Amino acid sequence: MNHLVFLPVLVPLLAGALLLLVRRALPLTVRRRLNLVAVLVQVAVALALLLQVTDGTVLVYQLGDWPAPYGIVLVADRLSAWMVLLTAVLALFALLYAIRGSDAGSRHFQPLFQLQLFGLSGAFLTGDLFNLFVFFEVLLLASYGLLLHGGGAQRTRAGLHFVVVNLVGSTLFLFAAGTLYGVAGTLNMADLAGKLATLDPADLGLARTGALLLFVVFALKAALFPFYLWLPTAYAATSAPVAALFAVMTKVGVYAILRVQTLWFDDPEGSLAGLLDPWLLPLALVTMALGSLGALASTRLRIQIGYLVLVSLGLLLTAIALGERDSIAAGLYYLAHTTLATGAFYLLAEGIARRRGSAGERLIDAPAMPHAGQIGALFFIVAILVAGLPPFSGFLGKFMVLRAALDTPAMAWILAVVLLSGLLAIVALARSGSLLLLRATPSEGLPPGAPGRGELAPASALLAVCLGLTLWAAPLTDFTRATAEQLLTPTHYIEAVLGTDMEGAGR
Amino acid sequence: MLECCDPINASHSQRLIMNLTLVVLVPFLGAALTGWVSRYGRLRSAWMAGAVTALALACLLPSLPVPFTGEPLIQRLPWMPGLGLDLVFRLDGLGLLFAMMILGIGLLVIIYARYYLDADDCMGRFYAYLLLFMGSMLGIVLAENLILLLMFWELTSLSSFLLISYWRHRQDARQGARMALTVTGLGGLALLGGFLLLGEIAGSYELSVILASGEAIRAHPLYSPMLVLVLLGAFTKSAQFPFHFWLPRAMAAPTPVSAYLHSATMVKAGIFLLARLFPALSGTPLWSVLVMSAGLATLLIGAWIALFKHDLKGLLAYSTVSHLGLITLLFGIGTPLAAVAGVFHIINHATFKASLFMAAGIIDHECGTRDMRRINGLWHFMPYTATLAMVASASMAGVPLFNGFLSKEMFFAEAANFFDLSTWSWVLPVTVVIASALAVAYSLRFIHDVFFNGEPHDLQRTPHEPPHWMKVPVEILVAICLLVGIFPGFTVEPLLAVAADSVLQCNSPAHDLAIWHGFNSAFAMSVIALLGGLLIYAARRPLFMIAARHEGLIDAGVLFGRTQQAVIGAARAVTTAFDTGSLQRLVALLLIGALGLGAVGLLGVSAPLTGTATLVPADGISLIVALGLGAGAIATTVLHRQRFTALIVVGVLGLLIALIFAKFSAPDLALTQLSVEVVTIVLLLLALYFLPQHTPAESSRVRRVRDLGLAAIAGLGTTALAWGILTRPGATISGYFLDNSVPGGGGSNVVNVILVDFRGFDTLGEITVLALAGLGIYAMLKGLRLPGMTLDPSGRPWNWDLHPTIMAALTRLLLPLALLVSAFIFLRGHNQPGGGFIAGLITAVALIMQYLTNGVEWTHRRLHGNMHPVIASGLLVGTLTGMASFVFGHPFLTSTFSHVHWPLVGDFELASAMAFDLGVYLVVVGSTLLILIHLGLMRSAATQERD
Repeated sequence: MNHLVFLPVLVPLLAGALLLLVRRALPLTVRRRLNLVAVLVQVAVALALLLQVTDGTVLVYQLGDWPAPYGIVLVADRLSAWMVLLTAVLALFALLYAIRGSDAGSRHFQPLFQLQLFGLSGAFLTGDLFNLFVFFEVLLLASYGLLLHGGGAQRTRAGLHFVVVNLVGSTLFLFAAGTLYGVAGTLNMADLAGKLATLDPADLGLARTGALLLFVVFALKAALFPFYLWLPTAYAATSAPVAALFAVMTKVGVYAILRVQTLWFDDPEGSLAGLLDPWLLPLALVTMALGSLGALASTRLRIQIGYLVLVSLGLLLTAIALGERDSIAAGLYYLAHTTLATGAFYLLAEGIARRRGSAGERLIDAPAMPHAGQIGALFFIVAILVAGLPPFSGFLGKFMVLRAALDTPAMAWILAVVLLSGLLAIVALARSGSLLLLRATPSEGLPPGAPGRGELAPASALLAVCLGLTLWAAPLTDFTRATAEQLLTPTHYIEAVLGTDMEGAGR
Repeated sequence: MLECCDPINASHSQRLIMNLTLVVLVPFLGAALTGWVSRYGRLRSAWMAGAVTALALACLLPSLPVPFTGEPLIQRLPWMPGLGLDLVFRLDGLGLLFAMMILGIGLLVIIYARYYLDADDCMGRFYAYLLLFMGSMLGIVLAENLILLLMFWELTSLSSFLLISYWRHRQDARQGARMALTVTGLGGLALLGGFLLLGEIAGSYELSVILASGEAIRAHPLYSPMLVLVLLGAFTKSAQFPFHFWLPRAMAAPTPVSAYLHSATMVKAGIFLLARLFPALSGTPLWSVLVMSAGLATLLIGAWIALFKHDLKGLLAYSTVSHLGLITLLFGIGTPLAAVAGVFHIINHATFKASLFMAAGIIDHECGTRDMRRINGLWHFMPYTATLAMVASASMAGVPLFNGFLSKEMFFAEAANFFDLSTWSWVLPVTVVIASALAVAYSLRFIHDVFFNGEPHDLQRTPHEPPHWMKVPVEILVAICLLVGIFPGFTVEPLLAVAADSVLQCNSPAHDLAIWHGFNSAFAMSVIALLGGLLIYAARRPLFMIAARHEGLIDAGVLFGRTQQAVIGAARAVTTAFDTGSLQRLVALLLIGALGLGAVGLLGVSAPLTGTATLVPADGISLIVALGLGAGAIATTVLHRQRFTALIVVGVLGLLIALIFAKFSAPDLALTQLSVEVVTIVLLLLALYFLPQHTPAESSRVRRVRDLGLAAIAGLGTTALAWGILTRPGATISGYFLDNSVPGGGGSNVVNVILVDFRGFDTLGEITVLALAGLGIYAMLKGLRLPGMTLDPSGRPWNWDLHPTIMAALTRLLLPLALLVSAFIFLRGHNQPGGGFIAGLITAVALIMQYLTNGVEWTHRRLHGNMHPVIASGLLVGTLTGMASFVFGHPFLTSTFSHVHWPLVGDFELASAMAFDLGVYLVVVGSTLLILIHLGLMRSAATQERD
């Protein structure tokens, strides 16, 4: 049994529990180091896992040694490993930022951070629908705790909205999972793939409802129109490292949509073939359009970033909705880019806000900030990345998605929406950037409590990773293309999960 | 045109492996270096910028002869071959011409700017931006791949944004920069769309392929949308009408930038693109109509406005717009000779306009203003500069012996040839002559107003000749104007020929660059234009009055500003219409979405809702309980404003559900439900203390009706789902659990075995959730100070008679008993109803009782309130139990069990799952108490405040 599949879940769980245990026993610096070591281990584990599945192997881990579909399995294919690695890398930089001091304001930042990673890795690795629900709950509660990190009325309010709407989502998840279990009699996702493809026609209506309700839940997590309203405020309200880590939270929803789309709805002969097709693409395009309008209308930098996140999610889901090998490959490349770039942007936004005195992140006139040159350069680069302008990974991702969209019937729509929302994003970022960095009146010394240059390092490092995505775009897109191919031939996944039946039964 | 196998070409490629890539990359790397050296002295950055440019030029030199062999030099560095996107560069005649212009004029501008910039301007930043721009521009003209070209195209937009906003304290600079970025950004995105389509049509993004497949491209159904998008890109960049307005506003940039970007290079990028794709795209009616009309309109409008600009740079800017229109028009006419003329005018315009901008910069520098109504008679102060400027202006006006004349003659000839006696064909030559007359008039005005025409008015300083080296770049450019103008055949001819060849992709037609072609129509047009220009200038005063009266009437820039404001306004309206920050709306949208899609799923196919299972007859008890549940649900809704009462009803509902579980043989669930219910109600009661007794009615009637509807439909939907599922027999995996519970899990209570073994991992996740919930509530409550209630709703003071003695004594006695029960429930859990979760809740309830009856402080003194270690050790026990199986080579959470014989107790089963259950127990106790204690502590804090 290859424990490597389980390690990305185990490491943060153990670290989280341990950090909670020693909360008062060890000084903060030691706990920070522990946390950092755990995240570094997590990065190494994720990397090792990715290397193991690069050749197309699907690794299956049967928890409790119970065979699928009866027990819970963790499944690592290329997609899961890619997501786990991305999460770990993002977490590393978010943590590097946090341990420079912003984690001191919270009582549980260190354990919550690890448990959030536990939830994220679990959600990406699990092959069981109900277990996915459990990890959604872990994520929800951990992110709620992190969201409140630092306190304040605004955060409490945003946190309340976040948690209430997501609890409704959880209820829907239970309904959906229950319905699917009711008609298919199983919770294992690979098993469900087979069962849902060969449904009794009499059960078709219920199965469709269950699947569509599940889509609503995933769409809520992915902040798809019309379920996106929670995102900008929630992300804007929380502290920078948490917001940066949240950049991968919406990707859980995207991942889940991609997973079920390719596993359940892609087989043209299956009973549920093409179930999401009428919905996903139009909603993704509307999300993109509204996101870009929101970015233009924003009066606060972090709200603006939130809306730009929506634009990127729209593009991402467009790529997934197209459902072709090249489009999914492009989407997976873009996913890594947008997650890291968004993380960097949130980190930078706090750096800006803290240097502007009382003006903070509000897009109003304020005295010039210290380190304006360096911040200006970083803002310029991150804006290029986020707006999808050349020469960086954002442009490459967008270009690849558009290229994949070219021979599809919706080409004109996709081109129009993507290009126009790109323009609006440029205008929005040029407005906020010139206000924040160019228009500033000369300042009289540093505002009190202005942070040092070192705080910009994690954001810069994330941008450097994005540069790496650009330079090594070829091997990375080779990998994402292979990932897309693997997703589009799910038989391998299904056989890997269910084919181990004999081995497990012999215990 | 993929003649990589060509022997000459191949040998070059091998010898000069990647020098084209270096030409492009050196300025980018140099930009960083230049910014850095400026720390050690501002002038060093100027030297560095010059050195970088020279180095780039040196990298280009070895390849210089290649284009003259007639074959392009192509160098490839693989980047993303799978996408057809490599770092592949191409040097042909057109690229060479532009690269020489970019580097040559770039070098002059660097020298000039060294003297132009003030002491308090940051020189390193300026040169770094300038080199960024230079590299991007070189990338455009040397790119072989269209997507690569586009990347550099966007980079010129971005670097030009930085350069225009260089004087960031000036509002016009910031606005001009943003406007330029918006317009060229629009064009860039359109271009991306166009190139994507073009690549789709041609099957490649490589120019070699595209230029060779013009026929196929023009015949493709996607040709029209593709052409429109590409032209949108070209026109915005080259400031063609109606996108011309950004260029004059970009004049807020320092003058070296205007000389470089906005006359010689960047605005030529659009025209470069027209020339580049000329063989592939031109020759259709659509091309002619779009390109000619844009060019013609720009030519005329630019020239007209230029005449009336009082700002020196404004005049030059609109003149640039007009000349760009002229070149565009030539490419629109589309004959080979017109294309040659277009290329020629690109060279000529770059030389005379760059020198004019530099002269304008000198005048601005010396006079402190650029207003031509104030600067007059400068001939007396700076005769040398004046001479240079006059030569350049004469070239701009198209006076013979200057280079502008030659290309203008060719232009006139093409315009005249266009005249073919069809109805509207006279429009072109006539408009061309009018525009040229206007050009003569504004050139005349530039010379006459600035250098003659009386004395200067209230200047801040006395102008004099600038430093020598500031004039050198102008001298060089003016010398080129003259040399080309007088000896075209010896100077420009070879370069022009090779550039024109690559534009046309064949040998360019014979063209004679002589000054004198005899009395032909072109000469006649030249004469008319020159005389007309004199006339217009003579009649300038009434014209100025007319223009002043209509100034700003139709200003595309203002229109653009309004449009932008309107878009932002619309964006605000749309955004606030959706995002009201209301939680209710959020939830309503979610429910509507779920109901809508759920309905689509159910009603979209014709499948029966009711399944085939035989229905169990309803018995009296179930019916009563069901009715009770319904009544309770309605009562909760109706009474929800009276919080306390509603909570009691909710408690009743929970108990009824526990009864239902018991009735349908699920004692585990019943026990769990019962204990969960108790804990929940207690916690809610504590929370209610801080809330008003009554919920005020805040929702409007409409909203209440909406919510009622939503709730009703949601209820119906849930009922339908439940009905559908319950009436289906359902072949599920549960049989496996029943079969394997005892042999595999060592427990006869299947529910418990599922929880701690079959799906133990879910439980591990769920106790994590519980722990997180506890921590979250703790974090929220800690430090929260809420005022407690002092009066009840009827205004009577709260009764503070706490902790009834008898009950306190009783619960203290009960505690050990309750703990024993919980231990019992825990131990028997694997085989009988019970388990860690229920045991944990029972322990929690027992402890809660102590808190309730004895008070928080009293209990707190006896029971340590720090629950974090309990929760953490619960999680650790659970996890470590799971990990124990690693030792035996089994996956996480693999269980084992054995029977031991205890004295007195008898045969007793020990399962590893029990250790796991202990983890569950600890987390449940810890989390529940953590929440409870802190709610209670907050209450007592509020009470003390009252005292």
